Amino acid sequence: MQDLIVNNVSKSFNKGKVKALVDVSFSVEKGELFGIIGPDGAGKTTLFRILTTLLLADEGMATVNGSDVIIDYKAIRNNVGYMPGKFSLYQDLTVEENLVFFASIFNTTVEENYKLIEDIYVQLEPFKNRRAGKLSGGMKQKLALCCALIHRPAVLFLDEPTTGVDAVSRKEFWEMLKRLKKEGITILVSTPYMDEANLCERIALIQKGEILSIDTPNNITEQYPDKLLAVKSDNMSLLLKDLRKNENVKSAFSFGEYHHISFVDGFKNDPMQSDLFGANNHTNISMKPIAATVEDCFIHLMSKHEVNGN
Amino acid sequence: MRPLKFLLKKEFKQIFRNKALLPMIFVMPLLQLLVMPLAADYEVKNINISIVDNDQSSYSKELTSKILASGYFQLSGYTHSFKESFKLIESDQADLILEIPHNFEKNLSRNGFEKLFIAVNAINGTKAGLGGSYLNSIISDFNQSISIKASKNTPDLEFKSIDIASLNWYNPYMNYKIFMVPALLAIIVTMIGVYMCGLNIVKEKEIGTIEQINVSPIKKHHYILGKLIPFWIIGIVVFTIGFFGISWLVYGIVPLGNLFLLYAYLGLFLVALLGFGLLISTYSETQQQAMSVSFFFMMIFILMSGLFTSIDAMPDWAQKIAYINPVTYFIEVIRMVVLKGSGLVNITKHIFIMIGFAILFNTWAIINYRKTT
Repeated sequence: MQDLIVNNVSKSFNKGKVKALVDVSFSVEKGELFGIIGPDGAGKTTLFRILTTLLLADEGMATVNGSDVIIDYKAIRNNVGYMPGKFSLYQDLTVEENLVFFASIFNTTVEENYKLIEDIYVQLEPFKNRRAGKLSGGMKQKLALCCALIHRPAVLFLDEPTTGVDAVSRKEFWEMLKRLKKEGITILVSTPYMDEANLCERIALIQKGEILSIDTPNNITEQYPDKLLAVKSDNMSLLLKDLRKNENVKSAFSFGEYHHISFVDGFKNDPMQSDLFGANNHTNISMKPIAATVEDCFIHLMSKHEVNGN
Repeated sequence: MRPLKFLLKKEFKQIFRNKALLPMIFVMPLLQLLVMPLAADYEVKNINISIVDNDQSSYSKELTSKILASGYFQLSGYTHSFKESFKLIESDQADLILEIPHNFEKNLSRNGFEKLFIAVNAINGTKAGLGGSYLNSIISDFNQSISIKASKNTPDLEFKSIDIASLNWYNPYMNYKIFMVPALLAIIVTMIGVYMCGLNIVKEKEIGTIEQINVSPIKKHHYILGKLIPFWIIGIVVFTIGFFGISWLVYGIVPLGNLFLLYAYLGLFLVALLGFGLLISTYSETQQQAMSVSFFFMMIFILMSGLFTSIDAMPDWAQKIAYINPVTYFIEVIRMVVLKGSGLVNITKHIFIMIGFAILFNTWAIINYRKTT
C-alpha cells in the first residue's frame, strides 16, 4: 500500500515568477524511509508544507495516508507528525511541558505512546525540567522528534532534521529513524547532505523544483554512465582549473580532499600517462579510480538536465 | 473543550514566565495611572504677567493687586512702557502683558468707561487662552465692584446687571483628576487589548510554533479562544486593580453608578478590542510590524477618543473619526457610570455600538486567520 502519493504537483510564488515546484510526482510505500535530496532552495520545504496541509498546491493532487491533502486535511492533521526545519517548539516551556502539551493537543497522553519515544526520551530525561530554548542543538532536535511522534503518526515528515547538527548527533538521529521504521511508520525526510542519501531506502533527487531521479541510492549510483577518477595534488585550486581546461576532461568537481573527474566519450588512454594537467608542474599527484557517489550522480543529472532544458 | 483547557494552561504558564511581559502588564499601567493625572493637568497656574502701569493711580494699583491675589498670576515685571514689557515676552519671562492707560482712574470715574490693553504670547495655546480668559474675568469682576461703589455714591442712579451664578454638576470643583482618571483607566485597558493579544499571536508566527499547532487537530476557534481568554481576564484584573486600588483609594473617586453595569461593558469592550488586536496579528508577519501598526492605531485611539479634548470641539471630520473609535464609547460610558451614575437606559446606544464593533473585528479577524495560507 502506498502511504503517500504525489501527482503532478506544481507551486509557484510571487504570481508565478518563482517556481518552487514543477510537476512533481512520486509515491512512498507504507513503512518506507524516503529521502528528498536537494540543495537549499530546491523546493523541499514547499513540498513538505503542501503535504502537511499548510500550503495549497497550484496544480496536481496529493494523498497522505489515504486522505486527500485538500479535501481531508483534517484527517491528515490527526495522522501525521511534522518536524519543521526551524526549531519550533515553545522555548519558554520545559522539555516535559512541551511533550505533554503536544500529546494533549493530539488528544493523547505521553504514557500512551511512551514506548515509541522511549529510546529518544531517555536521553532527554535528565533535562526534563529545562526550558526548551536552553537545550543544545542536538537535544532540541531530539525533543522536536519526540513531540512529532508523541501521537504515533502514520506518516512522519522531517524537514532537514540534521541541518546544523554535529556529525555525532546526525549519526544518532539516523539510527533513531531506522528504529522508527521498524515500528511501521512511513518517514519522509529531506536533507541537503548527499552523504545521508545512502541511509534512505529510496531517494528523490530534486533541483529547482523538479525531480531529477527517483530510485534506491544504489541504483542511482550504478546508473552513473562514466568512469570516475579521484585526483589530488599539492595545489588543489590550480589543479581544478587545469583539469577543466583539458579538452579530454568532461567534468571536474571538488569533493573534499579529492577532485572527481570524468572523461569525454572516446577517451580511452590511460589517464596516468596522459598529459592532463597543462603546463603547470603539479607535485604529489595521486590518482585512483572510484565508484560514483550520490553527489556525483546529482551533479551529472543536474548538468544533463540543464543541457536538455536549454 | 478539553483542547481549550490545555491551550489556556499553556498560555498562562508562558505569560507568568515572561519576566519582561509581566511588569509590563501589571506595574506599568498602574504606575501610569498614579503619575499621569498629576502631570497631565489642564489647570494653568503660574502665568507670568507683566503690567505696564501708565496711570499709577489707586484704581490701577487695586486692579494689580486683585490680579495677583487670584493665585493664577505671577508678576514678572512692573514696567513703565509697553516696549519694556514686550522684551520680557521676547525673552520668555512673561506670558501676558496688561497695559493700563494714562488717566485710567480719571476717565473711568468721569466717563464711566475706559479701555485696557492685553497682549498674550500665544505660542502655548492653552496657556494663552486660559490666561487671557482668567484675566478677562478678573477685570470684569473689578469693573463690577467699582460700578457698585459708584452707584453707592449716587443712590438715585439704580445699578442694573444680570448676575450669572454657575454650578458644576457631577464634578462640583471642576477637579481635573475626577475627569481624567476613569478615562485613563479605559486607555490602559485598551493597550492591553490591542498590544498583548496581537503581539502574542505574531510571536508564535515568528518563532514558527504556529506551524506545529496548524499541523494538529486543534480547531481554529479553540486556538483563537485560547489566545483571547487569558488577555480578557488580565484586562479585567488590571482594570479592577486600577479602579479600586488607585482610582478609589488614591484619588477618592467613588463610582456613583452600578458596578455590574460597568464591568459588563468592560467585558464587552475587551472582546471588541481583543478582536482588533487579533485582526492586526492576522495581517502581520513579525512582531515589529504588529507593534508599528498597533502604535499607529493606539495614537488615534488616545487622541481621538475625547480623552484630552472634548469631541464636540473637534471639526466635523474629526468627530466622524472619533465616533468610529471604540475607545470613545468606553470612555463615555466609564465617565457616565462613574461620575454621573448613569444606568442601563442611558448607555443602551453605547452597548449596541460596542456589540457591533465586537462582531465586526472578530469576524474579520477569523475570516482573515486561515490555517492554510
